[in-house]
Amino acid sequence: MKIAVCVKQVPDTWAEKKLTDADRTLDRESADGVMNELDEYAVEEALLLTEASGGEVVAVSMGPDKAEETVRKALQMGADSGIHIVDDSLHGSDAIATSLVLSKVLADKGFDLIIFGSESTDARMSVVPAMVAERLGVPQMTFANKVEVAGETLKIQRQTEYGYDEVESSTPAVVSVVEKINEPRYPSFKGIMAAKKKPIETVTVADAGVDAGQVGLAAAWSQVDQFSERPPKAAGVKIEDDGSGGVKIAEYLSEQKFI
Amino acid sequence: MPDFRLSPEHEDLRKTVEAFAHDVVAPVIGDFYEREEFPYDIVRQMGDMGLFGLPFPEEYGGMGGDYFALCLAIEELARVDSSVAITLEAGVSLGAMPIYRFGTEEQKQRWLPELTSGRMLGAFGLTESSSGSDAGDIATTAVRDGDEWVVNGAKVFITNSGTDITGLVTVTARTGTDEAGRPEISAILVPSGTPGFTVAPKYSKVGWNASDTHELFFDDVRVPAENLVGERGRGYAQFLRILDEGRIAIAALAVGLSQGCVDESVAYANSRQAFGKPIGRNQAMSFKIADMEARTHVGRLAYYEAGARLLAGEPFKHQAAIAKLVATEDAVTNAREATQIFGGYGFMNEYPVARFWRDSKVLEVGEGTSEVQRMLIARELGVG
Ligand SMILES: Cc1cc2nc3c(=O)[nH]c(=O)nc-3n(C[C@H](O)[C@H](O)[C@H](O)COP(=O)(O)OP(=O)(O)OC[C@H]3O[C@@H](n4cnc5c(N)ncnc54)[C@H](O)[C@@H]3O)c2cc1C
Ligand SMILES: Cc1cc2nc3c(=O)[nH]c(=O)nc-3n(C[C@H](O)[C@H](O)[C@H](O)COP(=O)(O)OP(=O)(O)OC[C@H]3O[C@@H](n4cnc5c(N)ncnc54)[C@H](O)[C@@H]3O)c2cc1C
Repeated sequence: MKIAVCVKQVPDTWAEKKLTDADRTLDRESADGVMNELDEYAVEEALLLTEASGGEVVAVSMGPDKAEETVRKALQMGADSGIHIVDDSLHGSDAIATSLVLSKVLADKGFDLIIFGSESTDARMSVVPAMVAERLGVPQMTFANKVEVAGETLKIQRQTEYGYDEVESSTPAVVSVVEKINEPRYPSFKGIMAAKKKPIETVTVADAGVDAGQVGLAAAWSQVDQFSERPPKAAGVKIEDDGSGGVKIAEYLSEQKFI
Repeated sequence: MPDFRLSPEHEDLRKTVEAFAHDVVAPVIGDFYEREEFPYDIVRQMGDMGLFGLPFPEEYGGMGGDYFALCLAIEELARVDSSVAITLEAGVSLGAMPIYRFGTEEQKQRWLPELTSGRMLGAFGLTESSSGSDAGDIATTAVRDGDEWVVNGAKVFITNSGTDITGLVTVTARTGTDEAGRPEISAILVPSGTPGFTVAPKYSKVGWNASDTHELFFDDVRVPAENLVGERGRGYAQFLRILDEGRIAIAALAVGLSQGCVDESVAYANSRQAFGKPIGRNQAMSFKIADMEARTHVGRLAYYEAGARLLAGEPFKHQAAIAKLVATEDAVTNAREATQIFGGYGFMNEYPVARFWRDSKVLEVGEGTSEVQRMLIARELGVG
């Protein structure tokens, strides 16, 4: 089985995220970059599948020079090779452009599965997997908490609010995974050493066959005009319990639209 | 110029263990500590990451790394918790290393794959109730009877010796007397569960409460003759070598604890308010933290340098003793200062700094007391 895993570099989950003043895109310099957490689950699932029945795992990331670290991390975990899509024109790309570039790079490479995280922790649109599936014309098997492949049949459990749906499709297909699916491994030192020798192919927008005018901030369908800091935390509300405390809490919660 | 920056691989390892300690160890270790329970699942995950195999070659299931890599992993773990750090340190440096360095090929094939994967823990029993610092003066005996050794005696304070996954303990024992009438000491490998080998209930300890420590009894314990580890009569020299490098690892553990004190103190000093401002705005508090940071940094340089010598195959005993002495005494100081910064909360077990304070003390004692380090350093200087 040949599997591609799409991995995105995002600012460290614990770090405070900032936008730049210049063009109001994410300030990627101000925080350490890490692999998007759900993408670790995606890599793990690809490794589990190929460890069980053989195959090859290719990690794919679109992002600035620094994003190579995230491709490397996938290789340290055990992926066989990487593709890093890097090009100045990509700065500020929206989900539509991101999916265009990813699908162009992924097309015609003979992947049986293309595995994604179901959401990034920075932009959190949760749409890239579906967009890539649509562009490639393959089934979108999203929000999987379990994946099984038998021959050319793919079965997943799609996590829903109430439980899960069992969904079946043919391969090739796009899969996106949720956190329940597995427990991602930490790279071992052997993996870290081995990753030094694994190939990472660098691909530009032109190599991908995409016109630079279709990507980047200027081509984005929506742009951030203005932003302001999150307001400081307001003081909490104290409710004295004079016998009607429960009711007051319920009223407060419903006022705030929590219940 | 000497260069103390980490190689990219060492840095990637450090970051990986840092993330593991933060995500996996930190959220749960306080509960294990409180219940004085060994964290099997954390140890299993450390094994899966290859931490127990770091300094061993791949042919024995190792990671093909080096002893310095092990020290980095120990430091990052200890930044969050010392019990898991000492479990790794003792498992590798005391459990597996004697077999790797001095064992026969058969012993290595039989034991190392299990030990380097972390599926099994090994222990090293040197200390006895009446001999600790003077570890050559032991009473445990091993007598050759046909194809077997018969071991009699007892060991105290032995780390990793009584977990469900402990597979062996290597003990030092008298196997005779040399021509000059001095005891001949050898190392014998005793598998867990051998008849006559009993493990006492765990100690009630001041710290390291999620780490496993027991007294061990050997009552006519019979093991095959081939369980001799290394040459007969070389047991003393062998464990000195093991302890020399172990000191670098204990220094790394102490530096981790010191760094943990800094991490916790910075966060607390910036958020805790007294007299209408964060306590960190008082120089009395911020200078404490600056001193803590400086001590941590110096301890780290000391163990990095001792580690660099070890890797280069140069003499490192002297530097290891200095690193151990400085880093452990500074860890005790940092833990005392950190708990002071935390005020009353520093005395509450649920705060990591309270755990650090309780865990720091033993660092000045285990694997050679501070006095023993000073003896070694002074002796090298030709004093006394
Ligand atoms: C600060 C900020 C400002 C933004 N401003 C705008 C704007 O003005 N206009 C606009 O249209 N969009 C904007 N975006 C959206 C953003 O550029 C896109 O959302 C992003 O390119 C991809 O979408 P996502 O991260 O939400 O992916 P999701 O759909 O949440 O990601 C799901 C999965 O897709 C994969 N994936 C996503 N991105 C990549 C990648 N680069 N390489 C490899 N795999 C990937 C991963 O597997 C991931 O887990 C902004 C984002 C941020 C953080
Ligand atoms: C939690 C824990 C885990 C341990 N794990 C292990 C283990 O896995 N394996 C193992 O073999 N041992 C282990 N030990 C034992 C440890 O190594 C010894 O406790 C240590 O070496 C000190 O020995 P002692 O306790 O007998 O002290 P003693 O040797 O009795 O020393 C008492 C005091 O006298 C001082 N002193 C002794 N001689 C001199 C001298 N000549 N000059 C000046 N001062 C001197 C010492 O520095 C110390 O302050 C462990 C101990 C603890 C507490």
